[in-house]
Amino acid sequence: MTTAISVQNLQHRFGEFTALHQIDLDIAAGEFIVLLGPSGCGKTTLLSILGGFLTPTSGRVLFGERDMTQVSPKDRPTTTMFQDYALFPHMTLTQNVGFGLRMRGQNHATRNAKALEMLDMVGLAAKATTRPHELSGGQRQRVALARALAVEPEVLLLDEPLGALDLKLRRQMQDELKAIQRRLGTTFVHVTHDQEEAMAVADRIVVMNQGRIEDIGAPQDIYLRPASLFSAQFMGEINLIPASPSAQGLQTPLGPLAVPAPAGEATLCIRPENLGLAGQIALGEARLTDVAFFGTHYRCHFTPTAAPDLSLIAHLPQAGHPPIGSLHPLFASHASLLPEKATP
Amino acid sequence: MGRILTWAYMALIYGFIFLPVGVLVLFSFQDSRLPVPPFTGPSLRWYAQVLGDRDLMAALGNSLLVALISSAVALLLGFLAAHALARYRLPGSVLIRGLLIAPMTVSYLIIALGLMTVFNQIGLRPSLLATGIGHVVINLPLCFAILYAAMGDQQKNAERAARDLGASEARVLWHISAPMLMAPMAAAFFLSVTFSWDEFIIAFLLTRFDVTLPVEIWSMLRSGLSPKTNAIGSLVFLVSISVLILLELTIFRKPRQ
Repeated sequence: MTTAISVQNLQHRFGEFTALHQIDLDIAAGEFIVLLGPSGCGKTTLLSILGGFLTPTSGRVLFGERDMTQVSPKDRPTTTMFQDYALFPHMTLTQNVGFGLRMRGQNHATRNAKALEMLDMVGLAAKATTRPHELSGGQRQRVALARALAVEPEVLLLDEPLGALDLKLRRQMQDELKAIQRRLGTTFVHVTHDQEEAMAVADRIVVMNQGRIEDIGAPQDIYLRPASLFSAQFMGEINLIPASPSAQGLQTPLGPLAVPAPAGEATLCIRPENLGLAGQIALGEARLTDVAFFGTHYRCHFTPTAAPDLSLIAHLPQAGHPPIGSLHPLFASHASLLPEKATP
Repeated sequence: MGRILTWAYMALIYGFIFLPVGVLVLFSFQDSRLPVPPFTGPSLRWYAQVLGDRDLMAALGNSLLVALISSAVALLLGFLAAHALARYRLPGSVLIRGLLIAPMTVSYLIIALGLMTVFNQIGLRPSLLATGIGHVVINLPLCFAILYAAMGDQQKNAERAARDLGASEARVLWHISAPMLMAPMAAAFFLSVTFSWDEFIIAFLLTRFDVTLPVEIWSMLRSGLSPKTNAIGSLVFLVSISVLILLELTIFRKPRQ
């Protein structure tokens, strides 16, 4: 089951503190949405409002055509995968996973069969009669997922569910989450502060900051064509070059560049992997000052000859890097121009 | 030298605590009519008398009834109060908490006098019911305090998950909150049972025809010392200590991990 979600003019205050400012967001049925942002940006507040744990100060939440703003969690077609899993320690895995069905009045045999099926889906059917404390973190995670999905919710809310797992397990769970979401077609709303995780699973990412939505779009759009400097910086390392319009095109500390000029003050954004010894936009000469090997690439610091105060970061291929101290013409590709002034 | 002193100190302390009980139990096996040295026995005649005494056995039944029912009521009320105060921010919750615990600091005599006045006003005669209510009054703060301290974030999160999965408030309490607090609930219940079982002043002032065991023992004592009172005292002690051992073996045992 699945549903579209529409958040309209949503505002939420905790006393004097405004956690969400006038949020509008439309989520399509069956979409995998990730709410991404630093702690305190309002992403968890928004998720709690979707789950019914908080009633917004103003605004509306619609599931399809149904107004859910005042509906309590138990009556919503949502379930949540909690950050700390929140499994019931006194129940077996089967009882944990079957709990939602039990609350919906299903008989013992039906709910046990469904619980086993869900446990099988997450690869834990063999542990059906054990209790949560006998499981590892990753296994508890899977039980929490099975429990949340057993009632066939229209929307699954995921509150930083992978935060406590190690990197390898996290990657594996990301793949599984994505695969399960594709298969079930349920709308997933996933909260995280990890931009890699967001890109790994999301159909669309919603970047949030200080209670506002900064950017919405597919991972590649957000990463390569961010809508704001915040979004650009949050999605990963980026070179920011101050720019202003001039007769020759774009005026920057590196000199005029062959980029269409903006109307006012702007910032040129270039990802480190789009900066190198070849490319579409010539940035002039720069000196290689520092190199570190990162496995997938060399992370290199370049100081442009025209702007010795500026340090640009480039990711050069594993194959090798020029000697430190040498001068090279530097090029950029996929540069984007944002009409905001970078604050150093 | 130090070791000897430590052992001597320990023997002294345990002797101090258990000598009266030991003497009580010893002279319950006395063969003669007075529970004073020299010890003549052992004999079980006083136990036979106690078990054959209809009034005493009735009082024992009354005591059990009052202890079990009043403890169950105190536990239920204490649990609901603790849950509400731990989960919801209520206006004046500090004051409410203070008022709930306050009866612990008031002497049983004062509580009994207060209850006597109130019951007199509303026309409730001294009875086992009145005593049971009195025992709820003294045990509710205990149950509340134990359960309030036991309510942690783990339960809170599990309760939230249960609501999310469609459980109503009553079912959250029944399926999640209460079972997760099984150990402290049992501790609170059995402590309440032992307190009610031993309680004399309230039971003395609030019963008349049907009395509890401590009141019956007191009326036996008025007719002078007898190994029979030692025997019934030993039985009371046996029940208390059994509950305690049961608690120790089941609830206070370190959970296996």
